[in-house]
Amino acid sequence: MVRTRVEVQEQTEVGDALVRGLVRAQLGLALRLGALVFGALAVIALLNSIFPTFSEATVLGFRPNWLVLGVLVYPVMYAIGRLFVRLTEQSERDFLRVIDAGDEA
Amino acid sequence: MNATAITAIALLGAAVATVVVGAYGLRVSRTTSDFLVASRTVRPGRNAAAISGEYLSAASFLGIAGLIAKYGADALWYPVGFTAGYLGLLLFVAAPLRRSGAYTVPDFAEFRLGSRRVRLVSMAVVVTICTLYLVPQYQGAGVALEALLGLPRWIGPVAVATIVIVNVVGGGMRSITLVQAFQYWLKLTAISVPAVALLFTVGSKVDLGQPLPPTVMQQTTVAVDTAVRVNVVDPAGVTVTGTVDGRPVDSEPLPGAGEHTLGSGSTVTLSPGAHTPVIVGAPATGAQWTGSGNGLGGGHPLYQVLSILVATFLGAMGLPHVLVRFYTNPDGQAARRTALVVIALLSVFYLFPTLLGAFARIFVPQLLVTGRADAAVLLLPSAAIAGTGGLLLAALVAAGAIAAFLATSSGLLISIAGAVSTDLLRGRVRDFRVAAVAGGLVPVPLALAASSFELSRGVGLVFAVAASTLCPLLVLGIWWRGLTPAGAIAGLAVGAVSSAIAGLLAVTQWVGDNFLAGWPAVIVGFPAAVTVPLAFATMAIVSRFTGATAPANVSRAFARMHLPERLGMGVERVPRG
Repeated sequence: MVRTRVEVQEQTEVGDALVRGLVRAQLGLALRLGALVFGALAVIALLNSIFPTFSEATVLGFRPNWLVLGVLVYPVMYAIGRLFVRLTEQSERDFLRVIDAGDEA
Repeated sequence: MNATAITAIALLGAAVATVVVGAYGLRVSRTTSDFLVASRTVRPGRNAAAISGEYLSAASFLGIAGLIAKYGADALWYPVGFTAGYLGLLLFVAAPLRRSGAYTVPDFAEFRLGSRRVRLVSMAVVVTICTLYLVPQYQGAGVALEALLGLPRWIGPVAVATIVIVNVVGGGMRSITLVQAFQYWLKLTAISVPAVALLFTVGSKVDLGQPLPPTVMQQTTVAVDTAVRVNVVDPAGVTVTGTVDGRPVDSEPLPGAGEHTLGSGSTVTLSPGAHTPVIVGAPATGAQWTGSGNGLGGGHPLYQVLSILVATFLGAMGLPHVLVRFYTNPDGQAARRTALVVIALLSVFYLFPTLLGAFARIFVPQLLVTGRADAAVLLLPSAAIAGTGGLLLAALVAAGAIAAFLATSSGLLISIAGAVSTDLLRGRVRDFRVAAVAGGLVPVPLALAASSFELSRGVGLVFAVAASTLCPLLVLGIWWRGLTPAGAIAGLAVGAVSSAIAGLLAVTQWVGDNFLAGWPAVIVGFPAAVTVPLAFATMAIVSRFTGATAPANVSRAFARMHLPERLGMGVERVPRG
């Protein structure tokens, strides 16, 4: 019988491999979402600098550059943060399920 | 009752409320753990309000609106970056840092790398960042008391230092949590009520996209303390007493459109309807101001914006006074939820400085002559709304500003005192108090000596130092098993020295704006895009070459940082002695 929980707690080879898998999954998720946010902001900066006339248009009486940077980016950042919390807690739950399943087997 | 008296009462009220709420919290502070990490019992909602209250400093409360009034659309990147920093913190640091069980950043370094030397080096970095961050807070207090009550510049720093030292010497983390949560809501009220009031009373009169610089509405005089070069689009109605382009003048009109230098000690008088001369480097006309891509003075605007993004996105996870608040959550999940709520609270707050900055350009355009726009938020309400309403709004803003200085400064001072007393001294309550007094006093002369830098840009430089030092230490420490003590020390040293030298050169303005196509000047003013990769690379490369010295128990540390608490790996660390 494999005591998965003990394997993890005692850092046996099997347990360490499980921890490495979890860390890799969490890091991958953080890196992907981080790159998404930073990349999107950098693209906005780039567009503003390449097409300065973009800001001369008006949308509902607002300049698009002010609307995007002054208001719209905030709910997007919150939504990405929420998504991260949901996904990362999901992967922790999956990890615990694997361990519990291993203990019951 | 006159304006000064109302404002003075509001300032006093905010200061007294801070001390009283702190004293209430003091009664529930008992143990060492209460003092350092509030016994790790703070729920996400309360902790997020406290973090936001501590984080929204003079730079956010005054500086951002000033920068927006002056530079327009590109200044919007500062509040965006200041918020994005918490997304970075949430993604890479929050939960593992909490699960490490450490109680300060140096303690985390020792936990992860098992080296007393790394602990001391991190402590030195923590103290440096906090001291540098205190300087703009103190300066902001000087600016505010000068603008509001006409007091000399040195009184603000001395007053804030005194109140904060008294508060920190008396209290601990538990009482500060309550104070800072209270101060978030005070600051949100103090900035949102005037912004909304202005929107509904004078919002319809505002047209910001005009082809000419903003005009003053009544006769206005501006004193020029230090010589300034201004851009004049339309000289009608502008007279100067003093020196223009080196020539003494007495109530003479400007010689014509174009760039002129106003000598120190000059007085500029603007008659009603005159277009404001605007300091060179800032967009003069409304059309330039509403457009993006002009940068924040100086060349290479796209580089400036990207460097601000790097500094703020990565800098928040290197701010010791913010990090220490995440140790007060009960577990890693609560730490994540705290960071998420902080993003929401900051998003709401930052809507308002933008509005106020735009209004300031219309109603207090005379600030653009000298370019010292940090006082914009304070002067705006009474300039835009006549009578008692304007006075009361001005008093409310003043109360919010003092809350901003006090909240951030106390958080910073607690971090200094906590690190110095547990790592250098013997960790007794008396040591904590001695360290707090010293740490609170040192920045006072620095604040008085440093040239008047815009608050948000000064804070931006501190973010660059944080992003180049503690950020790589935490990110690599949490996610990369190969980090060694030697690598960590080398990276901290390279990051700290390079970003601090850049900051020093920027403040003293030793680098000419036109030298080598302006690149040295812009890198010195916005160093993060260079120094952050440098620090990460140094840490990684030196760690590779010293791989044999990696700590033996890395697996245990990683399991503790990354496994959910349910597996029972966590150990709460406490200070020795």
